[in-house]
Amino acid sequence: MSADVVVASGGLDCHLMSGCGFPAPGAEIFQFDAIYTFTIGSLAFHITKVTFLLLLCVVLILGFFIYAFRSPKLVPRGAQNVGEMGYLFIRDGIAREAMGKEGDKFVPFLFSFFFLVWLSNFMGIVPFAQIPVTSIFAIPVAFAVVVYVTWVPIGIYKQGFFGFFKNMMFPPGVPKVMYVLLAPLEFMSNIIVRPATHAIRLFANMFAGHLLIASFSVAAFYLISASVVGVIGSVASFAVAVGLTGFEVLIQALQAYIFTLLAAVYIGGALHAEH
Amino acid sequence: MINVIAAASAVVAASGAEGEEMPSVLAVPIDELIIGIIAFLIVFGGLAKLALPKIKQTLEERTDAIEGGIERAAKAEAEAKNLAEEYRAQLAQAREEASAIRTQAQADRSAIIEEARAEARTAAQQVTAQAEAQLAADRSQATSALTRQIGELSVTLAGKVVGQSLDDDARVRQTVEDFIADLERQATG
Repeated sequence: MSADVVVASGGLDCHLMSGCGFPAPGAEIFQFDAIYTFTIGSLAFHITKVTFLLLLCVVLILGFFIYAFRSPKLVPRGAQNVGEMGYLFIRDGIAREAMGKEGDKFVPFLFSFFFLVWLSNFMGIVPFAQIPVTSIFAIPVAFAVVVYVTWVPIGIYKQGFFGFFKNMMFPPGVPKVMYVLLAPLEFMSNIIVRPATHAIRLFANMFAGHLLIASFSVAAFYLISASVVGVIGSVASFAVAVGLTGFEVLIQALQAYIFTLLAAVYIGGALHAEH
Repeated sequence: MINVIAAASAVVAASGAEGEEMPSVLAVPIDELIIGIIAFLIVFGGLAKLALPKIKQTLEERTDAIEGGIERAAKAEAEAKNLAEEYRAQLAQAREEASAIRTQAQADRSAIIEEARAEARTAAQQVTAQAEAQLAADRSQATSALTRQIGELSVTLAGKVVGQSLDDDARVRQTVEDFIADLERQATG
C-alpha cells in the first residue's frame, strides 16, 4: 500500500473499531500537487506526479527501443528480439490488419501510441508510481487529439474536402430519404463522438480500475482491527486488491491495443472511403 | 468534447482559485494536454527517426535473406537433380559401350581364331607341297644318278664280259650298243 492510500484512508489510525467511518477513496486520489511549475508565455505548466510519470514513460520507451534497435542483427538477440516482437505485433497485428500493406507507413505512429499508452497504463501497478497516467483525463484527450488531427487531414487530403464529408455522411446503398436522418448522425458520430469515445474509453477503464484497486486497498487497511469481521474482511479485501491488480495488467495491455487499433481503423477509413 | 474541455477548464480555474474544492476528474488542464501531446510527439519523433527505420530495414533484409536462401536451396536442388540425371545417363551409356565392346571382342576372337586356323592350314599345305616337291626332285635326281651309275656299271660289266668275246661276236656288240642307247633314252626320258 502506498502512502497515497494511507492518506486517502484517513490517516494511520483510522480503522474499523476506532470510531472512524470508512474513508472511501474518491476523485481526490486522482489529484496531484505540482512538483514544479514553470511558465511559457502566460501559460503555467504544472509538473505533477502524473506528468512526471508520463515524461518518465517517454524516456523509458525511447531508451529501450533506441537501445534495442541500435545495431539490429539479422539474427536477433536479447533486447532486439523483444523489440522486434513489439514491432511485428504492431505491423502485422494492427497496421496491416486495419489498413493492409498501406499500413506499413503508419507503423511508427501506431507503435509510438501503443507503447506510450501501454506504459502509461502500466504505471498504475508500478510500486511508488501507482497511478495510471492515462487515468488523468487530459492525457487520453491529448492522445485522442493527436489521432484526430492525423486522420481528419489524411481523409481530406486523400478524398478531397467535399469527398471526405460526402463519403462520411452519405454512405452508399441507403434509400435517399434516409440521408435526412443519416447525414447528421454520421457527421456527429465521426467528427464529434468518435474522438470523445476514443479518449473516454481509455480514461474510464484506467480510472475505474485504479479506483477499484484503491478502494479495496483502503478497505484492507481500514478493516485491520481486533475483530473477526475485521480480520476476514481485511484479508479478503487484500486478496481482491491483488487479484484486481493482476486483472488490471490485462486491461492495461488490452486498452492500449484497443486505442491503437482504433487509431489504425480511423486512419484506414480516411485513406479509403468506406464502400 | 470541446464543451467538456471548456467546462473542465472552468472547473479547474475555479478550484485553482479556491484551492479547496476538488476539480472534476473530467478536467482537462491545458498544460497537461500540451504536455501529453508533446510527450507523444517526442516518442514518435524519437522512434521514427532513431529506432524504427533500422529495425524495418533489418526485417526487410531478413526477409530477403530467407527468400534468397530458399531460392538458393531450390537452385542447388535442381542442380543436384540435373547432375544425378547426367550421371545416370553417363552410366547407362558406359554400360552400353561396355556391352558393345564385349560383343565386338567376341566377334574379333572368333575372327582371329579363324584367321589363325586358315594361316596354319596354308602353312601346312605349303610345307607339304614343298616336301612333296623336294621328294620328287630327290627321286628324279636319285633316279638319274642311279641310271647313270647303272649305265656305267653296265658298261663296266659289259666291258668285262665283252672284253673276252666282244671281238668274237658282232651281234653282242650290237646288243650292247642298243642297250646303252636304251639306257640313255631312259635316262634322258
